Amino acid sequence: MYDYLISPFIEFEFMRRALVGAFALALGGAPVGVFLMLRRMSLTGDAMAHAILPGAAVGFLFAGLNLFAMTAGGIVAGVTVAVGAGLIARSTGMKEDASLAAFYLVSLALGVLIVSLRGSNIDLLHVLFGTVLALDDATLLLLAAIATISLLALALIWRPLVLECVDPNFLRSVSRSGAPTHLVFLALMVLNLVGGFHALGTLLAVGIMMLPAAAARFWVKELTAMIVLAIVLAILSGYLGLLLSYHSGAAAGPAIILVAGILYAGSVLFGPVGGLKRHFIPVRHLEA
Amino acid sequence: MTAALEFKNLTLGYDRHPAVHHLNGKVAEGALLAVVGPNGAGKSTLLKGIVGALDPLTGEIDRNGAKKETIAYLPQLAEIDRSFPIDVYDLVAMGLWHSAGLFGGIGRAQKRNIEQAISTVGLDGFENRSIGTLSGGQMQRALFARLLLQDARLILLDEPFAALDENTIADLSALIARWHGERRTIITVLHDLDLVRSRFPESLLLAREAVAWGKTNEVLTADNLAKAKRMCEVFHPDAPVCEAAA
Repeated sequence: MYDYLISPFIEFEFMRRALVGAFALALGGAPVGVFLMLRRMSLTGDAMAHAILPGAAVGFLFAGLNLFAMTAGGIVAGVTVAVGAGLIARSTGMKEDASLAAFYLVSLALGVLIVSLRGSNIDLLHVLFGTVLALDDATLLLLAAIATISLLALALIWRPLVLECVDPNFLRSVSRSGAPTHLVFLALMVLNLVGGFHALGTLLAVGIMMLPAAAARFWVKELTAMIVLAIVLAILSGYLGLLLSYHSGAAAGPAIILVAGILYAGSVLFGPVGGLKRHFIPVRHLEA
Repeated sequence: MTAALEFKNLTLGYDRHPAVHHLNGKVAEGALLAVVGPNGAGKSTLLKGIVGALDPLTGEIDRNGAKKETIAYLPQLAEIDRSFPIDVYDLVAMGLWHSAGLFGGIGRAQKRNIEQAISTVGLDGFENRSIGTLSGGQMQRALFARLLLQDARLILLDEPFAALDENTIADLSALIARWHGERRTIITVLHDLDLVRSRFPESLLLAREAVAWGKTNEVLTADNLAKAKRMCEVFHPDAPVCEAAA
């Protein structure tokens, strides 16, 4: 048991680093994921992951596998798309999803264009699928910083963010903090996706954000509990995913997301809040 | 008598088409004013203009220096996400925004106020119910509790009684009467003319333009109502530019 569950992390430093990275991602990403889900923006995360890709690719083109260049590129591309789409949606009649689609498609096309102009056959597998088993000190510090910033920022914008979700018109009638809150939230999403792509790659970074959040909704009704549970599930996914990868030799990033997916499936089936279980095992109704 | 609000040649609308056309008049401080008129008469638009959610096409609204936090507005179809995991207590507590703000703590006195507001609207025991489980009437009661906490000098209600039962309407209009007794200014959009006649001393009959404005029994005459009905309510796609004094 010990050999199976714990010794891989004692024996190998790269496993310990991977574990710390996965935990950091869980702490920052899962709460953001819960709000994305509650605001019906789950697919926004996915779109944004695509929007970040060209930015990171451009950073890669100019500086190679340089943490700073790729992070900066990703953040610039992500923030441009998220803020641009948010501003257009707020100042015109355009719905946010359509406006976002327009922006991220242009960003993606631009990124691919720039790469093709350079004409070099670059290995972007690293960006696509991440390198969770090769996290260096700088990357770990980046992930930890992102998690810290995310938790602090969420605490600061908690009230207006919740109000903006529940009753945006009311928030507008009592305060001007709606727009800045929304923009800070979008920035947090971008930060976490950028952090995620170093470990899991752009395409899977959304997974560690959304799957634990979606799973948590099947277990609890209260917002704070939902966020705590999402973090726990994300941490669990990271740990079990790394174990699975270690013992089976499967790629670590996808293994983590797959575990999160299994936890989600279990929640859909057995979760007490709207899970499928209720459909198959009916309970008798109460008197009042 | 000071005016809480003054409309000066006010035109409000969407995409250059007026929904409220050249409105002039004053709302006295402490007034209890009902705004009535056919669908599409510009009643909701007028309220949106007053809260500042819609800028005038021409003219202006003089709010007599009233700040944002002294105006409370309950829209017709509150865009509330009722699937969001939040309970009645927290929803009502939002009414304290102006005193608590982004970070301010909610003290013991304020907690008592929240509980009192919930109790006043008859939702005792519902504090921890999530808003998704409330009926339409209970939801409206909760929103009135939030209005209570907002403690505003000017209260705007857009069809607050739509689709409610008699019991709820009686309870909530008693609250409106209480606010009136506290000399707050209240403007309510309503369709139920009997209710207007029995509870609102002053009325504005709107059909894009003001058909009549004054004492309720002088405004809601058969003549005036027929006139309001005749005034067309559709946008004319090729309407000419309005030449009235801008």
